[in-house]
Amino acid sequence: MIDSSQQAEQGSSLWFDAWIKLRKNKLALVGFVILLFLIVVSLLTPWIAPYSYEEQNLMLGATAPSAAHWLGTDIFGRDMLTRIMYGGRVSLMVGFIATAVALIIGILWGSIAGFVGGRVDAVMMRIVDIMYALPFMIFIVLLMVVFGRNILLLFVAIGAVEWLTMARIVRSQVMTLRKQEFVEAAYSMGLSRWAIIRRHIIPNTLGPVIVYTTLTIPSVMLLEAFLSFLGLGIQPPQSSWGLLINYGVETMEEYPWLLIFPGITLSLTLFALNFLGDGLRDALDPRASKD
Amino acid sequence: MLRFIANRLLQAIPVLLVVISVTFLLIHSAPGGPFSAEKAVPPEVARALEAQYNLDQPLWQQYISYLGDVIQGDFGPSFKYSGRTVNELIAAGLPVTAELALYAMLVALIIGISAGVLAAVRPNTMQDYLPMSAAMLGICMPSFLLGPILVLVFGIHLEWLPISGWGDIPGDKILPAITLGTGYAAYIARLSRGGMLEVLSQDYIRTARAKGLSERIIIFKHALRGGLIPVVAFLGPAFAGLLGGSFVVETIFQIPGLGRFYVTSAFNRDYTMILGMTIFFAGLIIIFNLISDMVALWLNPKLRQQARGDQ
Repeated sequence: MIDSSQQAEQGSSLWFDAWIKLRKNKLALVGFVILLFLIVVSLLTPWIAPYSYEEQNLMLGATAPSAAHWLGTDIFGRDMLTRIMYGGRVSLMVGFIATAVALIIGILWGSIAGFVGGRVDAVMMRIVDIMYALPFMIFIVLLMVVFGRNILLLFVAIGAVEWLTMARIVRSQVMTLRKQEFVEAAYSMGLSRWAIIRRHIIPNTLGPVIVYTTLTIPSVMLLEAFLSFLGLGIQPPQSSWGLLINYGVETMEEYPWLLIFPGITLSLTLFALNFLGDGLRDALDPRASKD
Repeated sequence: MLRFIANRLLQAIPVLLVVISVTFLLIHSAPGGPFSAEKAVPPEVARALEAQYNLDQPLWQQYISYLGDVIQGDFGPSFKYSGRTVNELIAAGLPVTAELALYAMLVALIIGISAGVLAAVRPNTMQDYLPMSAAMLGICMPSFLLGPILVLVFGIHLEWLPISGWGDIPGDKILPAITLGTGYAAYIARLSRGGMLEVLSQDYIRTARAKGLSERIIIFKHALRGGLIPVVAFLGPAFAGLLGGSFVVETIFQIPGLGRFYVTSAFNRDYTMILGMTIFFAGLIIIFNLISDMVALWLNPKLRQQARGDQ
């Protein structure tokens, strides 16, 4: 077993090792492919969607899947495949942007706490502890009620919840890194603290951060879908998978496909992200690998 | 041990203060008063209403008096349900939500631990893969999707179980409990598998095997206690999630519990109700985290020694 200090020194071989391990993990690869497919489809949606987003056909109404409408139509005669594709854009965007917000706050907070240490560290981590104890799910509902259901606010609110664990992971990683020789060497060469954090500490914490990021995206998407399902998240005319599931539930007795297709899409995406995250963890973090 | 509890309770005070202050400020910075939705209230009526709810006083005075009330356990009147206090509404919803959460937790613990132990006893066989794949399915199937699907299958198509209500028709508690419990069963299965695998590789288990104890006694008497520590540590935070889950499940199954009240008051902008319930939820979560920490301490002698050493 190689210890982490050696790995930190041989960056390239760590990534190469990880890639080899990841390639052997079939489920993680499947997850990766599904995710890539979803991202590409989302990016290209305005060009490849079979119908336009607003197009209604009240005469048609809700129809079961057919050759013209692969996933059927909703009660306004809107094509479900198109709706799911546009909804996916919002769901994935929330997932990525809110995770990015969490990532930035968490990395900065954790690396400063871990690097400066001492009293600053104690105070900063105490704040994290206190925030852990807060009922955040409830706070997000509160924020959406008070400030209206604004998509930007949703990003910030979800990001503000998810950064805590990231800060803890980065801090513990930094604590072990800062005592190593190459950091001392950088000090002795007269580099500023900020330069050391930026050039040496942050790149070396990437492994666990990537793993945790992959696992944060599905939980963020779940949170968005949860809020949209309750009617407190994404608002029409915008759409997301959570909102589509919400509509699907209302008419599921007569038109079950309106619930089932967005449901399958959401579950499949969560599956893909979770398997990819588990695979990356096994590949990038030998200490945390299973049995 | 007593010092540990006292310490943790003392730590809870600043957390609760932060919760109260932040929610109070948030709600009072909300655009539009709580009565702005009502149609054209005459100005003198509006003033009378504001006086009744202390809204005519400066903000800091409102804050101080609210804080005083909360310390005495009084969350004040509800804005929207006239004549009813927040305390009354919480008292009405709490038993329902507590019962739902209890059943869901039972479902989660029984299914989760059995699946996790089964998987850990024979790792990397079908007995491991099947329950763990099911657990992954449970994690990726959120309650707001699982609930409607269960309703569709068991309520509408098979007509085996009632699809709404709470305690009105026999069996109407089954689907809500399963819907809320499944996700946690999945997490608990993964946690108990990991915990059991770690414990089963330890020396004292090898000793027990060498002594010729039966596999059953090794698993249930020796391994389970240590193997379930991660599960116990998860239960505190899981409780916070159960509250969130109750928002969804109580909405789907039309159960008159705290979660449904919270969502309804969020839609109605019933500010005193949201404020009171948020503080109440925060208090509950702190208490449950404390309990789960204490049980984890009781299960793990190493941690117990550390806690004693700190004193």
